[in-house]
Amino acid sequence: MSRKRFATVWLGGCSGCHMSFLDQDERLLELVAAADLVHSPVMDVKRYPEGVDVCLVEGAVANEEHLETLRAVRARTRILVAFGDCAVTGNVTALRNCLGGAREVLDRAYLELADVTPRIPCEPGLVPPLLDRVAPLHAHVPVDRFLPGCPPSADAIHAVLLELLELPAGTPPAAAPRFG
Amino acid sequence: MSQRIVIDPVTRIEGHAKISIHLDDAGRVEDARLHIAEFRGFERFCEGRSFRELPVITSRICGICPVSHMLASVKAGDALLAVEVPATAKDLRRIVNLGQLVQSHALSFFHLSAPDWIVGYDAPPEERSVVGLFRREPELARDGIRLRAFGQQVIAAVTGKRIHPAWAVPGGVAAPLAPEAREALLAALPEALAIAERTLARFKRALPERAEEAATFGDFETLHMGMVDPDGTLEHYDGRLRLVSASGEVLADQVDPARFEELIGEAVEPWSYLKFPYYRPWGYPAGIYRVGPLSRLNAAARCGTPRADQELLFFRDLARGPVHASFHYHLARLVEILHALEKVQRLLDDPAILSRDVLAVARRNRLEGVGACEAPRGTLFHHYRVLKGGIVTEVNLVIATGQNNLAMNRTITQIARHFLDGRKITDGLLNRVEAGVRAYDPCLSCSTHAVGQLPLRVELRGPGGELIDAAVRGEGPTGG
Repeated sequence: MSRKRFATVWLGGCSGCHMSFLDQDERLLELVAAADLVHSPVMDVKRYPEGVDVCLVEGAVANEEHLETLRAVRARTRILVAFGDCAVTGNVTALRNCLGGAREVLDRAYLELADVTPRIPCEPGLVPPLLDRVAPLHAHVPVDRFLPGCPPSADAIHAVLLELLELPAGTPPAAAPRFG
Repeated sequence: MSQRIVIDPVTRIEGHAKISIHLDDAGRVEDARLHIAEFRGFERFCEGRSFRELPVITSRICGICPVSHMLASVKAGDALLAVEVPATAKDLRRIVNLGQLVQSHALSFFHLSAPDWIVGYDAPPEERSVVGLFRREPELARDGIRLRAFGQQVIAAVTGKRIHPAWAVPGGVAAPLAPEAREALLAALPEALAIAERTLARFKRALPERAEEAATFGDFETLHMGMVDPDGTLEHYDGRLRLVSASGEVLADQVDPARFEELIGEAVEPWSYLKFPYYRPWGYPAGIYRVGPLSRLNAAARCGTPRADQELLFFRDLARGPVHASFHYHLARLVEILHALEKVQRLLDDPAILSRDVLAVARRNRLEGVGACEAPRGTLFHHYRVLKGGIVTEVNLVIATGQNNLAMNRTITQIARHFLDGRKITDGLLNRVEAGVRAYDPCLSCSTHAVGQLPLRVELRGPGGELIDAAVRGEGPTGG
């Protein structure tokens, strides 16, 4: 059986889910010994590769670049996992939605709170424009699996990865899954 | 032909950023810029909520240093209540802050930066990662995982959760320390200390081979800011601000963090979501200053724990006066890890740490409050204004990474000039430009509270600034 390929991607979120991914601690070493981690913010491979079996996507879709990334990930991934509450519901990243469009949050940070040179960053190709509405992943692409939590516990992440990568179940998690 | 190189995204950093390098007609580097590509708008959507909600919301600014935001936020809350926080609650907050410093510094040193100097700046990109590190030096990789896990264990043992605990509250903390948790941490400390010691020894041995990087990764004069206690000793949780000049002269000392706006102004550039703080008395951009481990060690007179103070002597010997080379952020991080472990031990050894008197209760008594602490990457400020009922009307967050923004930009320009001028541009050379950013351990989650995440992209621009070649590194839509 060929080795499975997995990846992680970080969109609009705090990286807490990725930190919880790293909280698998030594189990992470077992994981990368049994399957290939082919793309992740903690790696240098900059282009999302073709033929990925499982991808954990953290964060909500908040700007144009996130959307472009998510579509590319969807096209090249067999099982796409909405990883953590921002990806599942929008969560804290989506709190700005109730204020109206993107302009509202930008004005406060860059016009009203700046001391000199107040202006809204906009350089084309370098600073991606915000979408007016922050949305969870499934608002834009089909999602195969939802892994909630803010962040999901390391045990939950590990269990889901073992299952989706079709690896033998490891030691049962010490703690029962928790909410939040 | 003049051109712009874009590195997109910058990898092995905590956020989404790009780098653009501008070359002139002769192929010499004119300028390089770090672009932060994310923005989430916390400053706006926290308004209209109770200040008591803000510790849990603002900790979601960053999954790497949620404890820093939780603590800065509750300290701003303490100021609004105008209460005396019980001594044990302060010490428990201090322990959690140090636990986070250990896990965050370990992440930066082992997981993100060690692949550069162990696996190699010029190694193939697919090998430059913690996975490659594991293949090359499994003991070191395992040490990194264990040390980071210890920091997380400290946070979980005291607060009940590794990431985003709801534990510190204005006036104190929600729960005292359980005796078993204290025992478990004291039992785990010797291993963590041993890892810190052997990593320091290993890194110091490697330093002579990295002389070229040390001389070119952001070695220039700036001011440095960090928190110190009343006698000038390093203090991460509750210090006052000290700013030293490039020659080490003290420009400002024992400044109450509540007065931070007298020291710090913020500018905006159209090419980044990350703002540009500067030392207000010197203006923008002349008031360039740095924060974080390097600056803290430059500003403080001593660490105040024996082993760290011994290592501080080695650090001081790297330069006459303040150590300006950003490459040495790595060493400073290791010294701080050692200090944090020694201090956690000292705090846990005190039987008073088990006191159940950990919360002072009050209503809101003031309308404005500032909370500040030393986050892993530098000084963090939360500044709130509230209505009588405690509803927040104004939030300003000044984040550690932002304060290094001017210095990070100058650093990548320095590295690009040194390594790219007149040479064939290779992946290894571009990786050095990224490594210059990594030295600061920028946390772009945080910085783009107000500003965002850090992918890396390099562009070639003509003399008029026009895009000539988006020689995008690892072209393709995926950033972070």
